[in-house]
Amino acid sequence: MQRMSVTISVNGRQHVVSAAGETPLLYVLRNELRLNGPKFGCGLGQCGACTVHIGGMAVRVCIVPLSAVAAPVTTIEGLGTAERPHPLQTAFISEQAAQCGYCINGMIMAAAALLKQFKRPSDDAIRSVLDANLCRCGAHMRILRAIRKVADSSP
Amino acid sequence: MTVTRRRFLRAGGALVVSFSLPWEALAQSPDDLPARELDAWLAISTAGTVTAYCGKVELGTGVRTAFTQLIADELDIPVSQIELIMGDTALCPDQGPTVGSLSLRQGGPQVRQAAAEARRVLMAMASKHLAQPPAQLKVNDGLITSSNGTQISYAELIGGRRFRRKLQGRAPVKSESAFSQIGRSTPRIELPAKIFGTHEFVQNLRIPGMLHGRVLRGAHPNAVLETIDDSLLHTLEGVRVLRKGNFIGVVAPREEDAIRASRDIKITWTQVPRYATTHETADLLRSSPSADEVLIDRGNVDSALGTARELLEADYYVPHQMHASIGPSCAVADVRRDRATLWSATQTSFLTRNSIAALLELAPGNVRLIWSEGSGCYGHNGADDCTADAALLSQLARKPVRVQWMRHDEHRDEPKGAAMLMRVRGGLDAQGNVAAWHYQVWSPSHNGRPNAEGGNLLAGTQLGRSGHSFAFGAERNARCSYAFPHNRTILHLVKASPSLRVSSLRGLGSPQNTFANESFMDELAALARADPIEFRVRHLEDPRAIAVLQAVARLARWDSRASPRNSSVSEGRGVAFVHYDNLSTYVAVVVHVKVDRSTGAVRVPYVAVAHDCGLIVNPDGVRNQIEGNVIQAISRALLEEVRYDESGVTTLDWGSYQILRFSEVPQQIAIELLNRPETPMLGAGEGTTCPIGAAVANAIFDATGARLRAMPFTPERVLTAITRRQS
Repeated sequence: MQRMSVTISVNGRQHVVSAAGETPLLYVLRNELRLNGPKFGCGLGQCGACTVHIGGMAVRVCIVPLSAVAAPVTTIEGLGTAERPHPLQTAFISEQAAQCGYCINGMIMAAAALLKQFKRPSDDAIRSVLDANLCRCGAHMRILRAIRKVADSSP
Repeated sequence: MTVTRRRFLRAGGALVVSFSLPWEALAQSPDDLPARELDAWLAISTAGTVTAYCGKVELGTGVRTAFTQLIADELDIPVSQIELIMGDTALCPDQGPTVGSLSLRQGGPQVRQAAAEARRVLMAMASKHLAQPPAQLKVNDGLITSSNGTQISYAELIGGRRFRRKLQGRAPVKSESAFSQIGRSTPRIELPAKIFGTHEFVQNLRIPGMLHGRVLRGAHPNAVLETIDDSLLHTLEGVRVLRKGNFIGVVAPREEDAIRASRDIKITWTQVPRYATTHETADLLRSSPSADEVLIDRGNVDSALGTARELLEADYYVPHQMHASIGPSCAVADVRRDRATLWSATQTSFLTRNSIAALLELAPGNVRLIWSEGSGCYGHNGADDCTADAALLSQLARKPVRVQWMRHDEHRDEPKGAAMLMRVRGGLDAQGNVAAWHYQVWSPSHNGRPNAEGGNLLAGTQLGRSGHSFAFGAERNARCSYAFPHNRTILHLVKASPSLRVSSLRGLGSPQNTFANESFMDELAALARADPIEFRVRHLEDPRAIAVLQAVARLARWDSRASPRNSSVSEGRGVAFVHYDNLSTYVAVVVHVKVDRSTGAVRVPYVAVAHDCGLIVNPDGVRNQIEGNVIQAISRALLEEVRYDESGVTTLDWGSYQILRFSEVPQQIAIELLNRPETPMLGAGEGTTCPIGAAVANAIFDATGARLRAMPFTPERVLTAITRRQS
């Protein structure tokens, strides 16, 4: 496969990466940039574990080729850290909203994008947006509570 | 390999005994401790921090945190000062597999005992040092203070040095009044890292010089490799095709190239003996060679059925279902000429290490398996097979290899939950009580885990390994808990699965057996025009069983009446109960359903659970597990069925194998925990899964009068049952 050299913006920094243009961004983030927040769950865009923000929108990068990345990328590592957590991360911790934690990247990134668009989404709206994010452990109740907590506290 | 703790301890003259516990064995007595040296369990640093070692691993269920709490309490050290190393065959005691809700029940007392013994030793040392009897000493946060004010810390007493002491197994553990950590909802230790995306899952691991690998397989584990066409692979840099017997894979320095190579390579496999299809499986279970085990034979069932006032017979069926881990299995292996290191998310570190060592033809002592956390597995998923794949590829490539199973690999090749067929006949006497109960279950063994010869592993099967495995799992909760005067319960243990490859899925045979037991009890209750909870309590003798049923009735504000509701409102409530494995956790559940009579769609807006798992270490941890079990079990009841035809498994992605989504989970899961701190810890990993299926079926019956006896309760099946009832 023909490799290309591209510059992409990830978490506020410019990175020059070299890979074939059709390489899904997920592998570039994990293997080249060592950003392991986004997860490989299906490679089919079906589960949401790989969700990052591109240009502020939630995107499943297991099916986005490197050549199509034309806006700044934010992964969960760029969304918040232990030192400066995103409100969703604070809420997920206080609600203990995870079991194995593998799906949680997708949940937080999808919820963060939702809350940027809608300040006070209804429970039904949250459920329907997250419907495409899969959790097998069954942490749904806590995930919903954590998102609700942040949604209710927004000014 | 660098010097391991085991070698270090052996070299020091200390005898470290490490052996695998029989699977179902409880640590009934402290003599069952798998490692007798205290140093095998705990080390205290010069800074006073504690490194603890255990054989159980964190599957996402909270064992890491619960074990740390146990150690913290017995040692009087803060949770934050303890680091727990789990499942590393070079460093940790073999506590047996992390299965069966046994981590706290069997493993918990062992880590508690080790910590209590360490504390006793330290108190004795301090007593000498401070010239005060132990009774005059108090310890807090690793600092021992005597009644005259003198102090000495754990770090000063032993920091950086070994205990050099055999565990006596008789150190008293704390009673409830002295608990400071046990019983607390201590936040999950590793959760923040998971939420910040920094937690080191096995999927993150990268080793210098590592290649990425993908394995190609036929539809059937026994498929024979016929032809290989790799003509398209030349465009991919550094790609190699590696083969041994029927095992074949590709490796490449870049992951996307390995994936591309796995798609571009063309392989043909022999036509295997025709695969069973989904529809044939129930019949095949009944007709396949089996060995009969009489589990209960009480009274005279035939005679009692003959004189019963009312008779009922029903067949129940649960198809193959998946573990369906969100993260497909992943492993890394670095295999050298005479030794190997494996990084694996296995539930069975020592078992898998031994099995893969046999596969690689290496001495087990020269193979180190470092457990590394994967995504939730809910039993025996693809983790071990993927580890064997990485190991074999690494051996062939002579480089470290990482294998990441793709979604279709996991969906097709993970061992499945067993399909099971149950037949129940029951009779009521003149008083409307159950006089006779005849229960039969057809199922293969639920144990498909790697064996000592490298068998049961897919790669092992491809290399002709078979070997022996213990059969168990089908009998789990086949024996109902009710005290019927006449009961015959028989297991027809099918010698080999006639359909798909099977291994342990959450609850093993208990979800299926409990579905049958608790559905049939409900059917008898309806026949007797009795309230379902009152009917069950009438036939129970175990006070803890009665207690959870009464607790869930109160919690759910259960209205006492017979089913079905017989109204035009398509809402119903159902109850079910299990005493998990007949000796573990007690769970009673009430489920509310809403049934759409025009489509057959079933919603579950409300679930109530009363749960008795003995001494509770972390209440929020137990609640988290209960919620997870409820949601997963509703999913299995309403949606899940692995489908397969002559070509193999056809449910290969999330489109074809649906699991419960956010729009479908309940609005509310109400939980009552019955804490019994004076009783042993029983575990919460599986119990609640078992009664949910029956509770949902019972609720559908209550709502519509239609009885579903085969999972999943798809809209089509519900509609058919409703229509059949109306006609």
